[in-house]
Amino acid sequence: MAAHTSQSVAKAAGDDVENDVAARGPSRRTDSDSVGNGRRGGLRRALATHWYAWAMVAPVVLVLGVIIGWPLVRGVYLSLTDANERNVARTIGARHIEASYEFVGLDNYTAVLGDPVFLQRLVWTVMWTVACVSITFTLGLVLANMLNRDFRGRAAYRMALILPWAVPGFVSVFAWRFLFNRDNGILNKILDGGGIAAIPWLDDPTWAKFSVVAVNVWLGVPFMMVALLGGLQSIPGELYEAAEMDGASAWQRFRHITLPGLRAVSMTVILLSTIWTFNMFPVIFLLTRGGPGDSTEILVTQAFREAFIASPRDFAGSATWGVLILALLMIFALVYRRSLRKQGEVW
Amino acid sequence: MRRGIAATALVATLALAATACGGDTKDDGAETKAGGELSGTVTWWDTSNDAEKASFQKIAEAFTAKHPKVTVKYVNVPYGDAQNKVKNAFSSGSDAPDVIRADVGWVADFASLGYLDEVPAESAKKVDTDFLPQAAASAKFEGKTYAVPQVIDTLGLFYNKKMLADAGVQPPKTLEELKTAAAAIKAKSGKAGLYLRGDDSYWFLPLIYGEGGDLVDAKGKTVTVDNAAGVKAFKTARDLVTSGAAVTNATDGYTNMQTAFKSGEAAMMINGPWAVADTYAGDQFKDKANLGVAAVPAGSVKAGAPQGGHDLGVYAGSKNRAAAHAFVDYMTSQEVQVQSAKELSLLPTRTAAYEQPDVKGSEMVQFFKPAVDKAVERAWIPENGSLFEPLKVEYTKAITGASSPEDAAKAAGVEFRKILKGWK
Repeated sequence: MAAHTSQSVAKAAGDDVENDVAARGPSRRTDSDSVGNGRRGGLRRALATHWYAWAMVAPVVLVLGVIIGWPLVRGVYLSLTDANERNVARTIGARHIEASYEFVGLDNYTAVLGDPVFLQRLVWTVMWTVACVSITFTLGLVLANMLNRDFRGRAAYRMALILPWAVPGFVSVFAWRFLFNRDNGILNKILDGGGIAAIPWLDDPTWAKFSVVAVNVWLGVPFMMVALLGGLQSIPGELYEAAEMDGASAWQRFRHITLPGLRAVSMTVILLSTIWTFNMFPVIFLLTRGGPGDSTEILVTQAFREAFIASPRDFAGSATWGVLILALLMIFALVYRRSLRKQGEVW
Repeated sequence: MRRGIAATALVATLALAATACGGDTKDDGAETKAGGELSGTVTWWDTSNDAEKASFQKIAEAFTAKHPKVTVKYVNVPYGDAQNKVKNAFSSGSDAPDVIRADVGWVADFASLGYLDEVPAESAKKVDTDFLPQAAASAKFEGKTYAVPQVIDTLGLFYNKKMLADAGVQPPKTLEELKTAAAAIKAKSGKAGLYLRGDDSYWFLPLIYGEGGDLVDAKGKTVTVDNAAGVKAFKTARDLVTSGAAVTNATDGYTNMQTAFKSGEAAMMINGPWAVADTYAGDQFKDKANLGVAAVPAGSVKAGAPQGGHDLGVYAGSKNRAAAHAFVDYMTSQEVQVQSAKELSLLPTRTAAYEQPDVKGSEMVQFFKPAVDKAVERAWIPENGSLFEPLKVEYTKAITGASSPEDAAKAAGVEFRKILKGWK
């Protein structure tokens, strides 16, 4: 949940900045064009004219720099050292122990990338992300379309469908864990009533994968649904009316009006959802702890295992995994954006 | 308020000075003499389970009767999360507890990181003379004493006397007998013979000891989990499940095991004295006499169960170390240990406690004491606790058939050598 809020705050902040720039953009261009004394003059002029805008933005930039920039830089630095629990600086009561870790260059990266475990985890992480996002998106789209009609009790249905989002993540995951319990869980009790043999939900690698995806979808659908519902409501009703007059079938209307109309929203939520799912620590960790064995371990839970299970805790190793995960996501975001651009989407 | 803090600090400093000087000979509470009365708050993080915690909280808070100016703040931290939680608190220093109940496997680890305060000379001497030697061994690191043993335990075979009698079998002494007994129980009642925990590698140790193996050889700095005995142990675990002698789970194993055993769904389980109080609460054991305990079944070489237990340690950064050490002395005193033995069937670590009638009268203690005497001492190295997680992954894989016993043993060996750098 924390991830959701922080992401959306960052997003909102980003939007503001972009809008700001976009709004001022043309005037700045004309300024520098007409004066024609190069970039520096333009910049100075822009600063002089829009100083208040810069002043307004400054605190945000500062805060972002402190709470995102600094830890990031520090993380990258740590990943180039051999820092662990035994050699970092710490204060125990009156005793202060100085840091004694050393710079080791790219050793950590060669170690992680050279380990077959990384590739195994990456493959399952990608499968998990694709499965979760595609199922969540499809379900969210279906539900949003259903809820976009006028019918009695619509508000009640919407409330009910948003509920999973309102419950703290760990509470729902623990609840699911009880439901999935093979010996005493309610799901198997129901199956038993129907004469079906107990399913080893969390005890069999394949079923465990199915279970974690199911829980993540359950948690993610409300967000998808709400976002897409908002998108649906912004599509003008006249388009549907006109299409109906032209004799378009329901499917044709969906295909040619709804989907293009939702495009901007869906591209954004798919990107966000992909990033969240890729890094969805709590569902995996609390439901299966990566098990049985290591069959549901994704990159972030593996990073946790690498860093915090063994003693002394390996801070450098964990930072390396973190930087690699960040790099993967950045590459994904860039490729995604480029492909959207190619399709003519302004983003 | 300010004056209060200053006074506390003064008392603590004086008491510390007294401790450092070594003090003269006398009974419990070494610090009380020199610096005056102990005061302040002692926060204790206890990891005991739901059935035990009420009793421990009561005992801990009774410390105030002896030292009226000391407030004990009791916090129960679930055992599963405790190691990480304690490390987080100790490394950041904020809101760290003064006293922790550490699994015997954690003491060397915490001490090696500088988190534990050395036990005052007087108490350390007692640890050497008054305590069971194998318990005392777990509290040491590089020749110094960093904790005081509170309870000692080992694993045993818990069995449902009635279910075994109905099936006409004796408590099994070997794994072969266990398989025969399980078949008879299944034929008679349709229930499982043994519940074997599949999600925690501690429960794997009797199987590996049974084949004459061990996780590591600390003296020879050698990883031994992947030798022939280790492979055999993984095979045995797999065989117990495939042959139908045992049922298992890869998640929530402990809760499922207790539920199955308490409700008569499984006739036997492997567990420790900490489970006795909880087991008595089950339907099948309304008559306490129905619970039988025997030594863990032997493998092809011998019967062996790991030595476990808990030690109490004081945080090196505690602001109130004098009171904290006094609290540890109290919690590990003979009276308290006798009380825990009586109420919770936990095993004392003080030799003399076993002479007390309440301890002698406890059937569970009488069973477990010889078992503890024979228990296999683990390697008291800082990495001890770190070995269980990678072992768990491989044990679960082997037991659920996701990986062959040979591969599981091999992979465990690879992971162990990553943790124990430079070992063979």
